[in-house]
Amino acid sequence: MTETIIRHYGPRAYADHPPFNYPAYKSTVKRNPKQPLLSIVQTLTESTGPGPVWTEIVGEDADLTTNAGTGGQAIGERIIVTGRVLDEYGNGVPNTVLEVWQSNAAGRYVHWKETNLKAPLDPNFIGVGQCITDEDGTYRFTTVKPGPYPWGNHPNAWRPSHIHFSVFGNSLGSRLVTQMYFEGDPLLALDPIYQSAPEHSRTRMVAKYDHDVTEEGWATGWRWDIVIRGEESLLEVPE
Amino acid sequence: MTEKLGQTPSQTVGPYFAMRIATGEEYVLPVPVGAERIVISGQVLDGDDEPVPDALVETWQANPEGRYNHPDDRRDLTLDEGFSGFGRAKTEGGGFRIETVKPGLVPDPEGEPQAPHISVIIQARGMLNPVFTRIYFSDEPEANDHDLVMQRVPKQRRGTLIAKHVEGSDPTEYRFDIKLQGENETVFFDV
Ligand SMILES: [Fe+3]
Repeated sequence: MTETIIRHYGPRAYADHPPFNYPAYKSTVKRNPKQPLLSIVQTLTESTGPGPVWTEIVGEDADLTTNAGTGGQAIGERIIVTGRVLDEYGNGVPNTVLEVWQSNAAGRYVHWKETNLKAPLDPNFIGVGQCITDEDGTYRFTTVKPGPYPWGNHPNAWRPSHIHFSVFGNSLGSRLVTQMYFEGDPLLALDPIYQSAPEHSRTRMVAKYDHDVTEEGWATGWRWDIVIRGEESLLEVPE
Repeated sequence: MTEKLGQTPSQTVGPYFAMRIATGEEYVLPVPVGAERIVISGQVLDGDDEPVPDALVETWQANPEGRYNHPDDRRDLTLDEGFSGFGRAKTEGGGFRIETVKPGLVPDPEGEPQAPHISVIIQARGMLNPVFTRIYFSDEPEANDHDLVMQRVPKQRRGTLIAKHVEGSDPTEYRFDIKLQGENETVFFDV
């Protein structure tokens, strides 16, 4: 008889995440739930998730400096970003998709809603890609360093350079969308989105320059690990 | 217990995730052989009841047999070739629309069938964390009443989880609005 596995996931570490309501980031005010979250019985619905099948659907597309498909190279500071996706228990999360999206080196996104129209588009850069972690949970992609860009949150507001990351992991609850920032960026101190994460955990979003990742004559290297929720225990349920 | 690593904080998906989803090419789930296509449509509404035009709505569900396309689901049930169970839509035009099939029955941890349901993850500009909810179906009142998760929801809030069958729709359409804040706020789960 087949058995089904229900992995029990530890709680989302709310104390490590931003609050839903963070008025310094204005758009949160009307978009945060006021009712407390209702605790759920974790069933097969929650212990599974789209991660594994998404890996089968999405192919790796990990060089954003060329994936516009024009034959030309994106303009900007070429960088390699690498690291591991880990669960809270330190296990690498293999074979999971990391979707990334970002502005170009001038701070402009390729999207019709973009408001940073004073910054130029780069015909050789689309700013989206994805990579899949190996057995060890390691990912790696090549891109150009995104530029900071102005936004309308408050007077003279600028987002620090950042790359958006989306990952599913193995379960519904391990879903994480976050942003990777760059060590030493003076705009971090002024950015309410970065600052919305608690002081003790926000530096976990900051990539460090790593000379060992740098490829001579080609690209500088940055290292950043991502930690998602992990399974606390296994429950075998007879069919 | 060993020292745990700290979770990477969540950040907003922002307005530009939409770059990843071409308009009109939202991920439409292929219909397994013999199954009926259904449509889930709705809006994401903010605390002023205004539609949120930059939300990302993701769905996760079992196939009509009740099987998840996931390595942990080892039950002896057919997996439909090509049916992932994962849907994704943006709300740029004011609402979202996901074409899929009605999921089958999935057991709860006590082995009792849960009512047919679809999990939903909602994110948007202005949301620093994702929220999780479940879609149940208005034409399954009895199954809904016996559902383990539904039973934990206060009675007066259960309606926020029920997608309403649109009379006369073809293919069968269910309306499911997601209210982020305020009166009739959707029930969100600590998944
Ligand atoms: Fe951004």
